[in-house]
Amino acid sequence: MPNQAINEPDSSLKLKSLYEGFRDAGTIRALAARINSAAQNLSEPLYIMEVCGGHTHTIMKYGLLGLIPDNVKFIHGPGCPVCVMPKERIDQAIALAKMDDVILLTLGDMIRVPGSKGSLAQARASGADVRPLYDPLDALAIARDNPDKTVVFFAIGFETSTPMTAVLLQQAEHAALPNLLFHINHVLVPPAIDAVMAEPATKVNAFIGPAHVSVISGAKIYRRAADVHHTPVVVSGFEPVDVMESILRLVELKNLTESVVDVQYSRAVSEEGNLTAQALVDEYFEVRDSFRWRGLGPIPQSALKLKGKYAHRDAEIHFGGRLPVQEIDDHKACQCGDILRGLANPMDCKVFGRGCTPQTPLGSCMVSSEGACNAYYRYHGVQHVD
Amino acid sequence: MSTNSIQLAHGGGGLEMNKLIRNLFFKAFDNCILRNEEDAALLNLQGPTAFTTDSFTVSPLFFAGGDIGKLAIAGTVNDLAMMGAEPQYLSLGVIIEEGFPMASLETIVASMASELKKCGAKIVCGDTKVVPKGCADGLFLNTTGVGRIVKPGLSAKRLMPGDAILVSGDIGRHGAAILMAREGLELESGLVSDCATLWGAVEQLLVHPFDIHAMRDATRGGLSAVLNEWAAASDVMIEVDEAAVPVSDEVKGLCELYGFEATDLANEGTFVMALPAAQADGALEVLKRFGHCENAVIIGRVGESPAGRVILHTPWGSNRYLDLPAGELLPRIC
Repeated sequence: MPNQAINEPDSSLKLKSLYEGFRDAGTIRALAARINSAAQNLSEPLYIMEVCGGHTHTIMKYGLLGLIPDNVKFIHGPGCPVCVMPKERIDQAIALAKMDDVILLTLGDMIRVPGSKGSLAQARASGADVRPLYDPLDALAIARDNPDKTVVFFAIGFETSTPMTAVLLQQAEHAALPNLLFHINHVLVPPAIDAVMAEPATKVNAFIGPAHVSVISGAKIYRRAADVHHTPVVVSGFEPVDVMESILRLVELKNLTESVVDVQYSRAVSEEGNLTAQALVDEYFEVRDSFRWRGLGPIPQSALKLKGKYAHRDAEIHFGGRLPVQEIDDHKACQCGDILRGLANPMDCKVFGRGCTPQTPLGSCMVSSEGACNAYYRYHGVQHVD
Repeated sequence: MSTNSIQLAHGGGGLEMNKLIRNLFFKAFDNCILRNEEDAALLNLQGPTAFTTDSFTVSPLFFAGGDIGKLAIAGTVNDLAMMGAEPQYLSLGVIIEEGFPMASLETIVASMASELKKCGAKIVCGDTKVVPKGCADGLFLNTTGVGRIVKPGLSAKRLMPGDAILVSGDIGRHGAAILMAREGLELESGLVSDCATLWGAVEQLLVHPFDIHAMRDATRGGLSAVLNEWAAASDVMIEVDEAAVPVSDEVKGLCELYGFEATDLANEGTFVMALPAAQADGALEVLKRFGHCENAVIIGRVGESPAGRVILHTPWGSNRYLDLPAGELLPRIC
């Protein structure tokens, strides 16, 4: 898988195999025709939640909405790790970054997401040492090169990225690097699905299962969604052919009234997943009693924390009383919460594209390259030009 | 004093600096204006002149297909060429971090000299500063250039409905090569930056009577940025056929890995051109004869509405906006 390959500098990447054949125009058109035909037999509209923001972007970026019939709708889910981070956790990251002799490391768009008083990028501009990483293992060299500083890895993401944090922790332990600490914000997909389905007003009656998460955790984690919530789940790859094929399977499963877990992304996902990665995660992490998700509120057993025997690496313990803990809700005008719960579409939000844009975001769904509002802002609303 | 690396004394204005300038810069960029060693270069400019400046900070300094020196020459020469100007005279500002390896500096300067030869421009004045260790990331360069306007009137504001949009080659290779060098990725085949001087290709175009409306090298922000800036400046709509946009397999794969779009990645030797559709095939024919532009192709056309927007037509019949890239290019998280 991609992350594995990055960590093996001697291996030669076969990058072409990542996309070849999965953007074929003829295949996409044929799948669109079959979806439109099969959807005529649907007894009720299909409301598909794509849990993962990556799928939202595939749908918008490749213009797939325009190929889908009206009785197949998409509801964008809480599967963007940046979007679901509550402001108080970002405030903690900023507080850490502003401390003397602390270097704060994190991934991707996290530095752009606003906390209650600005973002990590703004903290960086005012002098805090904040560094976005391409590869979490780069934290080792930074800790080694700065022995007089405390390096804190602000760890974020779902089941996909947790093993990378575990590897980093393992290597920090092996190298006996005393100055590398972790602020753990890893969250779990299945409790988020339960939270979405617990919402009385939800219309969701099918799921596109996350791709990269499932590579690690296996398709087995969606059994509950199929069995308890009676929704079919198709685990899908991120290419347009993947998503179109997954939509077709969901329509067909709905026509057969079958609530099962199906794996379209079989080239990478198995039932059991990556057992080595799972064992590594189990070695270092345990489930938190509760974690407050942005938009979804507190969800029991929905996130991870470091096990007690690694407390010496836990930034939340190390910096204990110095981190802000006040829970902070979103701006009143921001509807990210409803969007993350699957109750609203980005276009329903009154500040979408007006008070809230990628350059001046009110909510994280507009910031992240995996956020639903960002995808709609970038790609949606094209007039017919032929 | 060690001569293997740059010392603060190399910027002190004394013997060491004099030696560095004479033995390295003067030797590599030798010409009679530079050799005069006056306070300012005396130039003989005639007629309309284009004038541009650019600073170069790239990490790493050496990458597949080029280095910061080649970039500093190609960047400024290309900015002049894109305005229909023949590059003539350049200045060079060098900020070097104390301890920078002398051998690396020599390689970079040789690379600049070699790139200058391709367009005939001369470095006629310059400045060298050495800053203490930790105050710069190795080496910063600034080049400023002037050039004689051969074809006046090229402008981002001149696109007209009915124009064709051309690119001179496959896109995104510089951005991808830099990313590859930073991340130590090894690809199945050699991905190299497109970094190159474009004046040779542009000169060939300008000897023909094409009514070129605009040219721009698609540097930071990539193809997306150029097309969006043009659409806004000319108040037109630009539509692009996604299938026609040339992207190498390596760049496609890297974009897949990191969640980037090739249209957002930087180029340093690929340009975009707008001219009346009826002349597009002729311009293509000229470009394709030129070594660096054999992959030149028509990728779209200019329309009227919605003004200010760029629309991408997918090969499977749907449309979407091609938006401006925003913020830092950061990889996706999962």
